[in-house]
Amino acid sequence: MPKSLFQKVWDAHSVRKLANGQTQLLIGTHLIHEVTSPQAFGMLRDLGLKVAYPHRTFATVDHIIPTNELVEPYADPLAQAMMDEIRKNCAEFGITFFDRASGKQGVVHIVGPEQGITQPGTTIACGDSHTSTHGAFGAIAFGIGTSQVRDVLATQTMALGALKVRRIEVNGKLRPGVYAKDVILHIIRLTGVNGGTGFAYEYAGSTFDAFTMEERMTVCNMSIEGGARVGYVNPDETTFAYLKDRPYSPKGAEWDAAVERWKSYASDPGATYDDVMKIDAADIAPTVTWGINPGQGISINENVPSPDTATSADDKAGIIEALEYMKLPAGKPIKGTKINVAFLGSCTNGRLSDFREVAKYVKGRKVAAGVKAIAVPGSQIVALQCQKEGIDKVLAEAGFEWRDAGCSMCLAMNPDKLIGDQLCASSSNRNFKGRQGSITGRTILMSPVMVAAAAVTGEVADAREVFHVANN
Amino acid sequence: MSLAKITSVSGRGVYVPGNDIDTDRIIPARFMKCVTFDGLGEFVFFDVRHTPEGKPTGHPIDKPQHKGATILLSGANFGCGSSREHAPQAISKAGFKAIIAENFAEIFFGNSTTLGMPCVTAAREDIAKIAAAVEADPQTEVTIDLVKLEARFAGQTVKISQRESARDALVNGRWDAIGELIEGLPTVRATAAGLPYMAA
Ligand code: SF4
Repeated sequence: MPKSLFQKVWDAHSVRKLANGQTQLLIGTHLIHEVTSPQAFGMLRDLGLKVAYPHRTFATVDHIIPTNELVEPYADPLAQAMMDEIRKNCAEFGITFFDRASGKQGVVHIVGPEQGITQPGTTIACGDSHTSTHGAFGAIAFGIGTSQVRDVLATQTMALGALKVRRIEVNGKLRPGVYAKDVILHIIRLTGVNGGTGFAYEYAGSTFDAFTMEERMTVCNMSIEGGARVGYVNPDETTFAYLKDRPYSPKGAEWDAAVERWKSYASDPGATYDDVMKIDAADIAPTVTWGINPGQGISINENVPSPDTATSADDKAGIIEALEYMKLPAGKPIKGTKINVAFLGSCTNGRLSDFREVAKYVKGRKVAAGVKAIAVPGSQIVALQCQKEGIDKVLAEAGFEWRDAGCSMCLAMNPDKLIGDQLCASSSNRNFKGRQGSITGRTILMSPVMVAAAAVTGEVADAREVFHVANN
Repeated sequence: MSLAKITSVSGRGVYVPGNDIDTDRIIPARFMKCVTFDGLGEFVFFDVRHTPEGKPTGHPIDKPQHKGATILLSGANFGCGSSREHAPQAISKAGFKAIIAENFAEIFFGNSTTLGMPCVTAAREDIAKIAAAVEADPQTEVTIDLVKLEARFAGQTVKISQRESARDALVNGRWDAIGELIEGLPTVRATAAGLPYMAA
């Protein structure tokens, strides 16, 4: 019977059925970071357990790390304590740690692919909901809680119920000025924030076939924002070309064998899905959020919804709550909304292609007066490449602060935070209340180029107009 | 590892209304700068319970009549957002033993179950009935019965539901899978041996 990639990978990694009907699933690759792992190591010690497969866990630091302070001890003693803790845990249990000194540190979901650790046909887990990013390579990648981090450390497995699979097909060519970020914001707008509950998403169609790995990662990254646990793209030549010669990619004869094996994991033609959704790429416009969850999105030329147009009492309450928090007038264009901060970065859009694209447009322009703009590369390797290409200079000349690698203002566990009710045009993935570090801070999610347009105009703007992108 | 069989949970309830209550709201990221979960309880819902200036907002869980409540009632898509176990840990460390909501986000649900904190779903009208009962008399005892799949309160009974794998794990005392997972280690090694990328 033809099978989907999800089923094949699931079957290959199923250890056994557990008493409650769940599956004990082998997790081939385990990624950890400093926020959700220290408690797991603590539990391991309490139970007197060891790490079962230390060579299959890889660690880095991203969430708490200051992006404008390289020298330790950090000004924040709590951040330093977490740094010390992960170093200690990795040393004690024999885990590879991409510390700052390695030159390979960065947001965990950027580091895995960059190092070639993220591979097709594998299972990956990380104590972080955006682990779905790794699905871009045809891996089944789960965000997990800390007790499961403990389970994976101790047994390289976790208990899990099977997921249904929804195939989301996007076909056609994206219009100029429309990016992978718009594709996923559009999808989440259609499904709502819990439309994906219980599903793994298989992204497919000619739009995805044509996407680079970085674009695929941007979409898979935000699967969780639509409620899906997992999102993946079938591996193809684009995937293999990306992985070739990465530090952890197989080499020589092993490479050829690996590619053959990876191909065999791709969904079979005729595989059945629990649900199929089709989207025409031409229907997708630059999309921005107006509310307090990633499903509350509109295209740049639409008006913010009004409670009067709500489809249900729930919808109405949701709109009222969101507009109140966002301090946006009902039924008015989102375009023209003044911004205070522009943030470029995160595991959604903190990769080389994101900065390249922004640099192309902001070259010779200036960030609007009164706007604080920061650009945070997703990894030290991204940072280095940007420096080689002079992207850091272009951005700095435009008025962006160029920072060191980390999560930064995506969730503001480091010193980069909104102040008061500042409004931030952000290339990150979550616009929850208080997400960017101020309990009244406001976030509008958008693509990096849209962030750049907002930065140079000082307001939410249509990047196609600001940067004269022909809209054909 | 022997775990308690959680067949029912009883206690006073408190209603925290709203849909899509996300994990950032349950525990704001700045309180996650910690290396243990101890002490997270006092920060649960912190930014909803306090004004930006730090004054109490009169959140339901801070109302004197609801102090000591152990059953949290809420709306749809509870616990959406991040995978941080800090969220259910904060709720649990704040003294809650179970949550009744219209439905739950996937990872939050799994994390809570692993802590032995049942998340059960009920129809909106039924949650409203329980909420009304605990509002009218905060001393009302609410019982979540995982065997009969019903909630009892103030002489009334409503239907609740829970994913069977979680219910089975709770009532049979295997909600924390670690023991079973360790038992499976020999089979794990066999499965891993068939996957070239697992080789050292
Ligand atoms: S960049 Fe943001 S979403 Fe990604 S791992 Fe860091 S905090 Fe999480």
